[in-house]
Amino acid sequence: MTDLVVLYLGLLAVLAGYELIARVPALLHTPLMSATNFIHGIVVVGALAALFTAHGTLAVAVAWGALVAASANVVGGFVTTERMLRMFRASREEPPR
Amino acid sequence: MSVGDALLAGADFLAALLLLVGLKAMSHPRTARRGILAAGVGMLLALLANLLLDALGRGSLRLVFLAFAALLLGGGLSAALSRRVPMTAMPQMVALFNGLGGAAAALLVFGRVLAGGSPAPLALALAVFAAPVGSASFGGSLVAVAKLQDWRLPAGRLPAHRTLTALLIAVSFALFALALLARAPELRAAAGGFALAVGFLAGVALTVPIGGADMPVVIAFYNGLTGLAVGFDGVLLHSPAMVVAGVVVGASGTMLTQLMARAMNRSLAAVLFRGFGPPAAASGPAEREPLATDPADAAIVLAYAREVVIVPGYGMAVAQAQHKLQDLARLLEKRGVRVLFAIHPVAGRMPGHMNVLLAEAGVPYDRLLDLEEANAALAVAGAVLVVGANDVVNPDARNNPASPLYGMPVLEVTRAPRVLVIKRGRGRGFSGVENPLFTAENVRLVYGDAADVLGRILGALREL
Repeated sequence: MTDLVVLYLGLLAVLAGYELIARVPALLHTPLMSATNFIHGIVVVGALAALFTAHGTLAVAVAWGALVAASANVVGGFVTTERMLRMFRASREEPPR
Repeated sequence: MSVGDALLAGADFLAALLLLVGLKAMSHPRTARRGILAAGVGMLLALLANLLLDALGRGSLRLVFLAFAALLLGGGLSAALSRRVPMTAMPQMVALFNGLGGAAAALLVFGRVLAGGSPAPLALALAVFAAPVGSASFGGSLVAVAKLQDWRLPAGRLPAHRTLTALLIAVSFALFALALLARAPELRAAAGGFALAVGFLAGVALTVPIGGADMPVVIAFYNGLTGLAVGFDGVLLHSPAMVVAGVVVGASGTMLTQLMARAMNRSLAAVLFRGFGPPAAASGPAEREPLATDPADAAIVLAYAREVVIVPGYGMAVAQAQHKLQDLARLLEKRGVRVLFAIHPVAGRMPGHMNVLLAEAGVPYDRLLDLEEANAALAVAGAVLVVGANDVVNPDARNNPASPLYGMPVLEVTRAPRVLVIKRGRGRGFSGVENPLFTAENVRLVYGDAADVLGRILGALREL
């Protein structure tokens, strides 16, 4: 992946992000933020790779810290978002008891 | 490219696709839950593929053990916390997980610094940005968590606070650039570590003076910053999936920051650097005294309207009155009254928070109206019930150029013939701005704690 391709990819991702988010109703803005939190939790994949390529105690410790923080981010983001979205119901559906 | 590498690339691609599809499904509450499940599958796919096809093959047993320990520790603690936390505390959770993502992004780049070697120029420039920003997002988000939890922090500003904050940010960038360019491993490690610490302090310094009322903007802002940091990390680590996911989140955070700031009539710069201005003498002395009424009369007004619009504010959430409010809506609907809820974008403590609180209480989402829909409904409503909202229903925002709220989009409750306001005390809102709504002709105040007053209205309705 050359640097230039990355730059263009980033540009398209910015536009895609704006388009996707503009369509989300204000009703769902809290779950949306929680979901985007979950999505940047993809950093967990980078942290995993960093840990397995680390050399030396300090590098391993740093990567390990990154992996702990990233897994907390990704799991928490998912659980909270799913919990919130489960509660949104239209009027004809009866809430479960 | 070996078979393993090709499979890994394919899994990453599929994961990025599923994350975007999941985000797209958030455009409607009916599909949103399926969306987050799809995104969850994508994330799991990426994690498993990287673990099985890449990481496990090259790591020693000790690293494998460490990796699983980290995943279980971080994931386990956070799952336990997220499953228990009440919906009123969701803003804190979002801020916390966002901060952790920022920390992870910063530590990743630091790990790269420790590994030595100099990345390509673009990756280098992005890394100089990503590490301090991720760290600042961590520090700032932790302060936001503390403020949202109402933990007491030493508020206020140091002398020359803005200059100091700007200096911390600059030092953090400079130190990290040094860390990336230096040759000696010791210097790289020391400069990188200090850069992250200074970045953390910059985030703290930036957030401490910001008031609780501005937290919706702050959370959205740090959400965007963490996203960008993750996206830039992706460039450094050659992971297109991280680039796409991170940058999309960066764009979303930026957009929500703007939306929130606009809904509060402030610019991001004003939120970050200025604090709320002194309360201006807005409407002049009130021409008349506010008129009060009691819950029994309020019940009659609501029961005989054809359509009632309820405007909940943060005061309602503080009083935990959302379930009582839903009971009231159900009871009125049984009598044939149509009940709708008008939700201002900044009602609650983060964008859209009020909708979550009401959905939890069982209010169907088709009864929750956003600002525009609500103002249309208010024009035809028979009665309005305002519960613990103040600034978002202030008519001065439309009518009085001298008011600090002037220009802020508000819910125009006085369009309805009768307006009832449940209000805790005789004071002003968070912003300390005078509210002429309370003395308007068709407005009656019911004083008391929201839950308590709603309970009495419910009692009176049952006896009608």
